[in-house]
Amino acid sequence: MSEFDHNHDHDDPRQGSGPSRRRVLECMTWAGTGVLWTITGGVPRSLGLVDSALAAAPTGLSFLQISDSHVGFDKPANPNALGTLEEAIGRVNAMPSKPSFMIHTGDITHLSKAAEFDNAERIISQAKLDVHYVPGEHDFLDEDVKLYRERYGRGAKGAGWYSFDANGVHFIGLVNVVDLKAGGLGNLGAEQLAWLEDDLKGRAKSTPIVVFAHIPLWTVYPAWGWGTEDAGRALEYLKGFGSVTVLNGHIHQVMQKVEGNVTFHTARSTAFPQPAPGAAPSPGPMKVADDKLRSLLGIASINFKAGEQRLAIIDTPLQG
Amino acid sequence: MIRQSLRGAASLTFAAVIAFCLAGAPAYADDTEVTIDNFTFSPASLTVKVGTTVTWKNHDDIPHTIVSAGKFRSKTLDTDDGFSFTFTTAGDYKYFCSLHPHMTGMIKVE
Repeated sequence: MSEFDHNHDHDDPRQGSGPSRRRVLECMTWAGTGVLWTITGGVPRSLGLVDSALAAAPTGLSFLQISDSHVGFDKPANPNALGTLEEAIGRVNAMPSKPSFMIHTGDITHLSKAAEFDNAERIISQAKLDVHYVPGEHDFLDEDVKLYRERYGRGAKGAGWYSFDANGVHFIGLVNVVDLKAGGLGNLGAEQLAWLEDDLKGRAKSTPIVVFAHIPLWTVYPAWGWGTEDAGRALEYLKGFGSVTVLNGHIHQVMQKVEGNVTFHTARSTAFPQPAPGAAPSPGPMKVADDKLRSLLGIASINFKAGEQRLAIIDTPLQG
Repeated sequence: MIRQSLRGAASLTFAAVIAFCLAGAPAYADDTEVTIDNFTFSPASLTVKVGTTVTWKNHDDIPHTIVSAGKFRSKTLDTDDGFSFTFTTAGDYKYFCSLHPHMTGMIKVE
């Protein structure tokens, strides 16, 4: 299934208003590898922008998102998750213009074993980029819950949240995988929300904001736990900012939603695909034909140009 | 006649006492299993007697945990791992997977 199936068919009341599905698919075939998303007036558009994005090296800021590497996973859905992570990093190294840095939206490892963290680090460091991590629930499974914090949580607050600035864009890394409540969804918690409110206080509303966290901060599919219980509070604090981009992982597939000035986007996994909401009995790893696996794994690159409200997001599968 | 029926009643009572002892003893046939398939506890709700040991088995390709707030907490269960807990006190034990909190279950101990 391609990203078009997800983005244009899922909850999309605008069928028929944009480029026809056939033309979009033709365009994608032509583009070969990536899909550019840019949003104008709340309507996702792709046709006519893919070529310009591919032709012109981005001016402004460009960074990468990788997610859900699940290093250590060796089940039938992908017996070699470390290998596909290495392929993804190979893709990064082959990019014609080097991005400024990378964010990793969690589930670096499958079982939080020291060797899994070591292997992930060994491969990801080959990109020779700064990497800003947030944890997934699979990164907090060691007995003392310390391996992730020791490696990536230094200088961060609480369970690992923090913010930083790059090229005038304010980045906020949030943790929504701890202290989950029975029957509930992802959770930010009062302490983190108070920190977020304070972090945003006094910031110019024209500052572009990028928020990244593991579990989607919008309710994708509550029956599978795909959402964050108290994300609404976080979004309240983000109201009034002209450009807000929310990047998540966890669901191992590309999905996008636009709500006012907020663009929500989830990235593919580099390890294994998961089914579309409700398309299988559970959200567990989806076994596909071997020659199809790499079309469902991948990375995303995000370009920001000063003066433009929306960030352009290009999802690139490991194999077209 | 009276003697005989009295004797019969006595032996019936004796048999009932033995049966009761067997049912109440731990580590007999009423120890039971809850399986995890497709992010679901099965059976989701289970009634057991005091002294019963319940074993959870994870059949998914994704790790899960068994957590009952303040009562018990398993390690992370990878594929085919199990966790056992012996219930020594009557009560309702609600539990969930702390990684996938939409997975919930209940053990009622009588």
